[in-house]
Amino acid sequence: MVSEKNIRVKIDELKSSIGLLKGFELSIGKIVSEEWLEEVGPTQFPKIPDLREWDLKLLQRYKPFYMPFCDLCCLCTFGKCDLTGDKRGACGINMSAQQSRIVLLACCIGAATHAGHARHLIEHLIEKYGRDHPIDVGGGNVEIEAPITRLVCGIRPRTLGDLEEVLSYLEREIVRLLAATHTGQEASNIDFESKVFHAGMIDHVALEIADIAQISALGYPKADPEAPLVELGLGVVDSTKPVIMVVGHNVPPAAAIVDHLIENNLYGGVEVVGLCCTAHDVTRYNPKAKIVGPISWQLRFIRSGVADVVVVDEQCVRTDTIIEAQKVKAPVIATSDVNCIGLPDRTRDSVEKIVEDLVLNGQPGALILDPEKAAEVAVKTALLIAPKRMKFKALPDVSDIIEGAKKCRKCDDCRRACPNDLPVRDALAETLEGNLNALADLYEACVGCGRCESACPVDLPLHSFIVKAAEKRIKEEKYKLRVGRGAIQDVEIRKVGSPIVLGEIPGVVAFVGCANYPNGGTEVAEMAAEFAKRRYIVVASGCAAMSIGMYKDEEGKTPYEAFPGAFDAGGIVNVGSCVSNSHIAGAAIKIASIFAKRRLRANYEEIADYILNRVGAVGVAWGAMSQKAAAIASGFWRLGVPVIVGPHGLKYRRMLLGRKDKPEDWYVYDARTGEKVYVGPAPEHLFYAAETKEEAMVMIAKLCMRPNDTTRGRAIKLSNYIDLHKRFFGTMPDDIHLFVRTLADVPLTMREEVIKILEEKGWKENIIPDPTLLPRLVRKKAGE
Amino acid sequence: MGARAEPWQTAEIPGPKKAMIITNPQIVTALIRRSKNPVLIVGSMAPEIKLSSGDLVDYAIQIAESVGIPIVSSPSILKVFLDRGFKRVFGIPVVDIANRLIDVNWTGLEGKGQYDLAMFMGFKYYVCWLILSGLKHYSRNLKTISLEMYYQPHALWSFPNISKEEWEKNLNAIIKSLREGK
Ligand code: SF4
Ligand code: SF4
Ligand code: SF4
Repeated sequence: MVSEKNIRVKIDELKSSIGLLKGFELSIGKIVSEEWLEEVGPTQFPKIPDLREWDLKLLQRYKPFYMPFCDLCCLCTFGKCDLTGDKRGACGINMSAQQSRIVLLACCIGAATHAGHARHLIEHLIEKYGRDHPIDVGGGNVEIEAPITRLVCGIRPRTLGDLEEVLSYLEREIVRLLAATHTGQEASNIDFESKVFHAGMIDHVALEIADIAQISALGYPKADPEAPLVELGLGVVDSTKPVIMVVGHNVPPAAAIVDHLIENNLYGGVEVVGLCCTAHDVTRYNPKAKIVGPISWQLRFIRSGVADVVVVDEQCVRTDTIIEAQKVKAPVIATSDVNCIGLPDRTRDSVEKIVEDLVLNGQPGALILDPEKAAEVAVKTALLIAPKRMKFKALPDVSDIIEGAKKCRKCDDCRRACPNDLPVRDALAETLEGNLNALADLYEACVGCGRCESACPVDLPLHSFIVKAAEKRIKEEKYKLRVGRGAIQDVEIRKVGSPIVLGEIPGVVAFVGCANYPNGGTEVAEMAAEFAKRRYIVVASGCAAMSIGMYKDEEGKTPYEAFPGAFDAGGIVNVGSCVSNSHIAGAAIKIASIFAKRRLRANYEEIADYILNRVGAVGVAWGAMSQKAAAIASGFWRLGVPVIVGPHGLKYRRMLLGRKDKPEDWYVYDARTGEKVYVGPAPEHLFYAAETKEEAMVMIAKLCMRPNDTTRGRAIKLSNYIDLHKRFFGTMPDDIHLFVRTLADVPLTMREEVIKILEEKGWKENIIPDPTLLPRLVRKKAGE
Repeated sequence: MGARAEPWQTAEIPGPKKAMIITNPQIVTALIRRSKNPVLIVGSMAPEIKLSSGDLVDYAIQIAESVGIPIVSSPSILKVFLDRGFKRVFGIPVVDIANRLIDVNWTGLEGKGQYDLAMFMGFKYYVCWLILSGLKHYSRNLKTISLEMYYQPHALWSFPNISKEEWEKNLNAIIKSLREGK
C-alpha cells in the first residue's frame, strides 16, 4: 500500500501560463489547499514500532501488574492451556503475555468500534453534505480543529473528505494490531502493552474524526461554554405523548427523527428521548430532545412501557432489547449493520408497508439501514401504535412483588449473580412484612443488568420489583444536563494554559466512561462537585456526564446549573458523547501547542512528554465497563495522562503502577543542563483502581502533581492533596516528603506540620528542572 | 447454607489451582505460627460488616494484636483503626500493597523484609478475587489466606461460603487459639 506520506506532491510555488499557484498540495484524486507551514515532525501516521521507544519509557516506570481474570487460555485448539504461575501454553506463551494479549484484544475491539463508527458516520455525512463540507468545530474560536489528528497523522483536515485518508490509516493499524494477537505472534508482554498504547492512540484519532465530522455537519454546539441545558431523568419524559426512544452511539437515525418531526410539524406532539451516547448527540442536535439516563437505564425504561418505539443503533445497546420490547408491545427498529438483531432487512420496502407490519401485523421490528427511512417509520409507527399500546408496561404491582416473595426459595442465587452483591433476597423477604423500602434502597446501586432475574430459579422479575419499589423516587428523577459542547476554545486554552502548566489551577479532572458503578452514579456527581468547588477544571463525557447531572445540591440545583460550563477553574464542562472524549485529550495537546508553542504536527513523543511532565490532568472512569473504555484509557496513557477506575475496573485485569518507594524510577532530564534530576513520583500511577470514592478523590489530587509545577502551583496542589487526605483518611499523608522539592512548595497554612514530617523523613532540598524524559530535548549536554 | 467450595459470585470460576478449604480454624493458627513475617490486609468494607460483638475492624485488630503483626488497611478506613487506638496500621491502596507483595526485593512496611504470609478480609468479593489472583500467579514464597466469609479460590487457603454465624465462630476460635499460644 502506498503510504500517506508518499501520495502527496507539495508545490510551494508554481509559476505557469495560467498564473501563480502558491501553497498547494496535490494528492491522488484531490487538491488540498495547504497553508499549514508547520514542519512535519518525526512520526507521521506512525506504525506500531514508531512510538515503541516512548512506550517502553512509560512501561519502565509504570509496570504492569496483572490480575488474571482467568487462569487459562482457550484461544486456539491446542488449548485450553493452563498458564498458572510460571507455566506456559502449548504455543509457549506465559501468563503475562497472555494477559496483555487479552488487554490488546479488548483495545482492538474498542478502537475498531470507534473507527467503524467513524467510517459509518463520515460516509453518511459525506453522502448527505458532500465531501467538501468544511470541518468547523468552533468558528474563529477554534483554530486547531483536530489536535489529535494533527499530532498523529500530521495532516490538517479541512473537509469531511479529508477524513477518509485518516480512516484508511486507522483501519490499517487496527488490522496490524489485531494480527499481533494471533497464536504464535507477539511473545513479549511489554510489546503487547506497547501495542495496547498504539491501539489507544488509534482509538483517540477515531474519536476525534467522528466527533468533528458530526459537529461540523450536524450543527452541534461549537465549543460553546453556554450550550443549552436539557432535561434529564426518567421523570422528565411526558408519557401522555407518543414516545420514541433512541439508544446507542450513532446519531443519524435519531437526528433524522427530529428532522422528520420538525418538517411535519409534529415535534410538539411526540417525545424523542435518548439513552447512552445517542442521547448526548441527539440533544446536541436538538435540545428539545430529552435524556432518560445512562446505559443502565435501558431495562427499566423499556419495561416502564413509556416508549412506543425503540430505535437502536450501535454500541452498548442491550442485546435482549427485542425480547424486552416485545413484553411491552413496542416495535424495535434496528439501524446499523453491526447490530441487526435478527430482524428482516426492510431497507428497500415502502414506509407504509413496514409501518403496517409493525402496527397492525404485530411484527417485532425491522432492520432499516437508511436513517431517513428508519426515522419516517419510527415516527409513523409511534403515532399509530401509541393509542393501541396505551403505554402497556411490564412492571409489576405491589401485590405481584408480595406474591413473588412468597415463592422465593431463599437460594441467594440472585445475590450471587449480582455484580454489586446486592442483598436482593433479604430485601424481597422484607416485602412480606409490608416493607418495600429495602427493595427500593437497592435502586441506587443497581446497574440494571438483569442478572438476578436470569439466575432466579422461580423466574421472579427482580429488577422490575426494584424499579416498582422505587417508583416514587423515579418520578422525581428530573434533572438538567448541559448539552455537550464539543471542543475547547483556543482562547480558553490561552487563558488557562499558564495556570495549569505552572500548577496554579490544581488540575484538570475528566469524569468519563460507562455506568458500571460500584455504588451508584451519585458518587461521580459528588466527586465532580467537590473538585469544581476546589477550583479544578472538571470535564465530563458519556454516561459519567449524565450521572453528574443526576444529582441536586441543597438548593435543588444540578451541578450543570451550579457550576459554569467554561473550561476554567471551577467549571464543569460536558464535552458530549464517547467520541467527544477526544476534546479532553485535544485540550491537553492544545495546551502544549497553543500555550507552550510546541510543534504539534506529527510530533507525538514530544507532546506526550510535555503532557506527562507538565499538564496535571487525570481521567476518572468510575464505572468503566466496555472495551471502548479500555481503548480510550490506553490513548490517555500513551499521551501521559493517568486514569483512575472504580473497583470494577480491576476486571480489566492489569494496572500500570508506579513505585514511589523506588527513587531510581523518578528521574527526568533537566532540559536546560542534561542533568538527571529526581522529581518524585509525579504522577505516581498511570492506571489505578480505587476501592472507594474517597480513595479515588485523594488519588485524583495526588495524580495532578507534575514535575514542572512551580512552587506556588505545587503548594496549591499539595494543600488539596493534604486536605483531602486528612478529611477522608484522618491523617497527614506519609509521602509528602516525596512531593516537596523546596521549602517554597510547602503550603503556608500547613507549614509546621509538613516541616515536621520533612525532618522526620530526612528530606533534602532539590531543584525544579525543566523536565523531560527525552534526551533529544536537552538543549545542552551535561559537561558541555 | 452448606459449606460448598464454590465461588460466592457464581460466574467467578477459578482454576485449575484453587484454594484449599479451611475446615478447622486451627489450620489458620498453625499457618500463622509457622510464618516468619505475616501481615493482615483489611479492605474498605470492614467497618460495614457487623458481627455480633463488633464489626470486622474489631476482629482485624484482635487478630493483629494477638499475633503482634501490622495491618495494612484500605486508606479510606485508616481512620477507623486509629480512632480505636490501633496504631500499627498502614493505609495503603490494595493495588499498591499487592504490587509490592510480588516484589521479592521489597523490604516491607517496617523494614523486616518481604512478608511470607498475607491474610485478607473486608473486601468486595470481586476485588479480593482479582487481587488474590495477581498474588497467586506472581508472588514468590508468599502464602495467602482469605479470612472472608466467602470462598476466595485464588487464596492458598480460604473458608468455603459459610454463614455469618459460622464465620464469626471461626474468627473467634482463631483469635482464642492465637492468644493462648502467645
Ligand atoms: S439488575 Fe440490579 S439487582 Fe439485579 S443483578 Fe443487576 S445490579 Fe444486581
Ligand atoms: S434467586 Fe429467586 S428464589 Fe433464589 S433467593 Fe433470589 S429471589 Fe429467591
Ligand atoms: S461480560 Fe460483558 S459482554 Fe460478556 S456477557 Fe457479560 S455483560 Fe455481556
